[in-house]
Amino acid sequence: MKEPQTFDAIIVGAGLFGCATGFFLAQRGLATAILERGHVGAQSSGANFGSLRLQGRAERQFPLSLRAQALWEDFENWVGESCEYDRTGHIYFARNDEGRAKLLEYVKAGRSAGLEIEILEGEALRRRLPFLTEDAHIACHSPRSATANPRLATPAICRAFLRQGGTLRSGCEVVRVAHRDGCFRVETAGGETLSAPFLVNAAGAWAGEIAGRFGEPVPLFGAGPPQFVTEPLPYRLRPVLQSIEGDLILRQIPRGNFIFAGYPRTRANAGGKFTFVPPRKVETGLQVIAETMPGLISAQVIRNWSGVEGYLPDMLPVIGPSSTTEGLFHAFGASGGGFQIGPAVGENLASLIVGDRPVCPLEDYAIGRFSGGAETSDRIAREFDT
Amino acid sequence: MTEDLSHHPLIVGAGPAGLAAAAVLQEAGRRPIILDEAPQPGGQGTRRLSPAMEGSRHRLFGRAAQHMSARERREDALLAKCDYRAGTLVWGAFGDEIEVMRDGRLQRIKRGPMIIASGAMDRIFPIPGWTLPGVYSIGAAQIALKRDACFIGRRVVFAGSSPLLYLAAVQYLRAGGHVAAVLDTTARGAKLRAAPGMALRGPRTLLDGLSMMLELRRAGIPIKTGVTLEGFEGGARVDVVRYRIARDRDARVECDAVAFGYGLRAESQLAELAGASFDFDMDFRQWFPKLDIDGRAGERLWLAGDGARIGGAAAAACAGQLAALSLLASEGANVPRLEIRRLRARLARWHGFQRAMARAFAPPTDGLRDLPDAAVLCRCERVSVGEVRQAIALQQGPVEVNRVKAITRCGMGRCQGRLCGLALAELTAGATGQTLEAVGRLRAQAPIRPIPVAAARRAAMGCEG
Repeated sequence: MKEPQTFDAIIVGAGLFGCATGFFLAQRGLATAILERGHVGAQSSGANFGSLRLQGRAERQFPLSLRAQALWEDFENWVGESCEYDRTGHIYFARNDEGRAKLLEYVKAGRSAGLEIEILEGEALRRRLPFLTEDAHIACHSPRSATANPRLATPAICRAFLRQGGTLRSGCEVVRVAHRDGCFRVETAGGETLSAPFLVNAAGAWAGEIAGRFGEPVPLFGAGPPQFVTEPLPYRLRPVLQSIEGDLILRQIPRGNFIFAGYPRTRANAGGKFTFVPPRKVETGLQVIAETMPGLISAQVIRNWSGVEGYLPDMLPVIGPSSTTEGLFHAFGASGGGFQIGPAVGENLASLIVGDRPVCPLEDYAIGRFSGGAETSDRIAREFDT
Repeated sequence: MTEDLSHHPLIVGAGPAGLAAAAVLQEAGRRPIILDEAPQPGGQGTRRLSPAMEGSRHRLFGRAAQHMSARERREDALLAKCDYRAGTLVWGAFGDEIEVMRDGRLQRIKRGPMIIASGAMDRIFPIPGWTLPGVYSIGAAQIALKRDACFIGRRVVFAGSSPLLYLAAVQYLRAGGHVAAVLDTTARGAKLRAAPGMALRGPRTLLDGLSMMLELRRAGIPIKTGVTLEGFEGGARVDVVRYRIARDRDARVECDAVAFGYGLRAESQLAELAGASFDFDMDFRQWFPKLDIDGRAGERLWLAGDGARIGGAAAAACAGQLAALSLLASEGANVPRLEIRRLRARLARWHGFQRAMARAFAPPTDGLRDLPDAAVLCRCERVSVGEVRQAIALQQGPVEVNRVKAITRCGMGRCQGRLCGLALAELTAGATGQTLEAVGRLRAQAPIRPIPVAAARRAAMGCEG
């Protein structure tokens, strides 16, 4: 029997959570290996909308979110490469009374956490967003929110991880994980065996397998919102625009293309490897744009895509130690909100692993919350295909 | 609002393959639905002249003119007996539904058995200066003439590696245009070697090709073979083509327009969305959908013409007939076995001919390796060759074209990878030392052509009241 390659920590999954955790562990001197069965950052991490949104979070999520934003703002310094980070700002808009109430709640929560949020109504709103439908009667603007290019971010963090001495195996599928005598033994499809006292399950929409393997199953499912892009148009819209009702998120990149994502999200295919966008959804997406952004009526849509993201019923991730196994840690299931918090998830999880107190409390994200049956978010019904 | 057309056979494309399929189906008592993007039938291979060009018909086509007119009249009579919908773009397919845009409105159609005959377009490889105004593809130069009654310029250089090069140049000559030069990147030796193969399978076409070259020479038009194109240069517009030939390292020809291309690229996006799988073909340096001998690609899916296998108009007509007969057979109809055998044999000969042509007129892909970093690879997103090379060098793990596209944006623009996709594959293969097959091909996504947001407006969907 071949001797296993030993590491201090093994991470399954080279998405944003995996690469960020890997970077911070390697930075602290741990010999770390990331195993990725496909390509670095190719799934949700690479296909998401790229919105680094601060507002619109539950109060408890703000510490992690604010810490992550500081890391995004400083990205080029600690990663050494650009991810096209841009402090564009983010604007929610509401089209009815229910939406207005929800929007004002978000404003309250954001301001309590110290966020600067500007409310726009009436003339001020029309002047700031002239191409938005007149049905939108109130909006709130968070200037510190930003955007980045998801296709660049995770591979860049991975390269920084490698420069810190980390080891990456891509095209490398994990086929078996065992835990014995305080050590995890990981076998790959290529016949390699690796071992480490710490294992991080950052396998995204597929993390349920490992969780289940260690006796803590979670109701994780894969899905993705269809996203579309138009031809380049004159650059006019800087902030990300999002409807409070959840049916539209839109941004314009400096090159001029408008990117928008629509709902409902589609479940990932049987193998869970990708989310196909049925053409019906192209039509629905275009309809929403036609209704909310009359100014874009002549724009041509040139492409659509989706990705596979891991979703949990309460729309919150699992981050933290295993409830069953010493040395096992989880970071997955960010339910469409993982991009923004990613760097802080990595930093805090790494702290936890080496035995330091994480800067941001992670109790809300404990995997144990599902054993009692966690709440189901109201967004599940609205934002997904049944 | 889905229109249920599932009880009729459906044909996408009214070029030579689509029309041939329609004729067979109509003669068998069906009323096929024909959806064609263009306002007129004929596709590209048998593109009709616009009314403005009617007066030039005999000048352009010589003895073939009468035959062509008769064919067009037969086609019109056929189309009158079909459910022919011109100006109808099929932009998506999923299961038994296809997505369509007509008159600026989106429609969904529930379809039955379908024949896709979506044709091909020029295969382009970038060269310094190819994004200058005045530079067109060979197909575009022909469309300008036939449809818009325009030459692309007053002094046109035809360049590249394709028999279409000579055809287009001759058409310009006959129409009264000024052909500055024909620059063939294929060496004469390669063509001579392939000639026996071509002669065996398509003697008439080979002779046509030779007689076109002769016609051009007689008119005093310089024809250079074995040329290496260096670049297109100009200020506001292209005004010079620079090339190398034999020992002349700095040859140039002045012009105000260039028509260039290196053969054809199958338009197979719709077939992919409809469920076809693909195989790589090294002779054509591209991927083609998997077909059986009669063009069947799936349970109720057939493919015919250049959109499935590069073959030219005559092969397309054969393939269209075979696909239609196979469709009829699948529904239990009696089909003429002898005719099918004859068509299969003829199609095989045409495919053999085209394969010999593909080898004879191989594109100069080695030249892609020598492209300067500053050259534009993806013209829609303005991604340079250098940016793509840099991104490839940074990648960890196996590199395939969709990955390079994701990182560099190459292929994400308006042309949806039509102009840059094959070049991206060649460049990626060269840079990583992989085979062309290993780097894969750009995945098709709906919409396969840009569609305006306006087309989805609920009122526009005809859902009012």
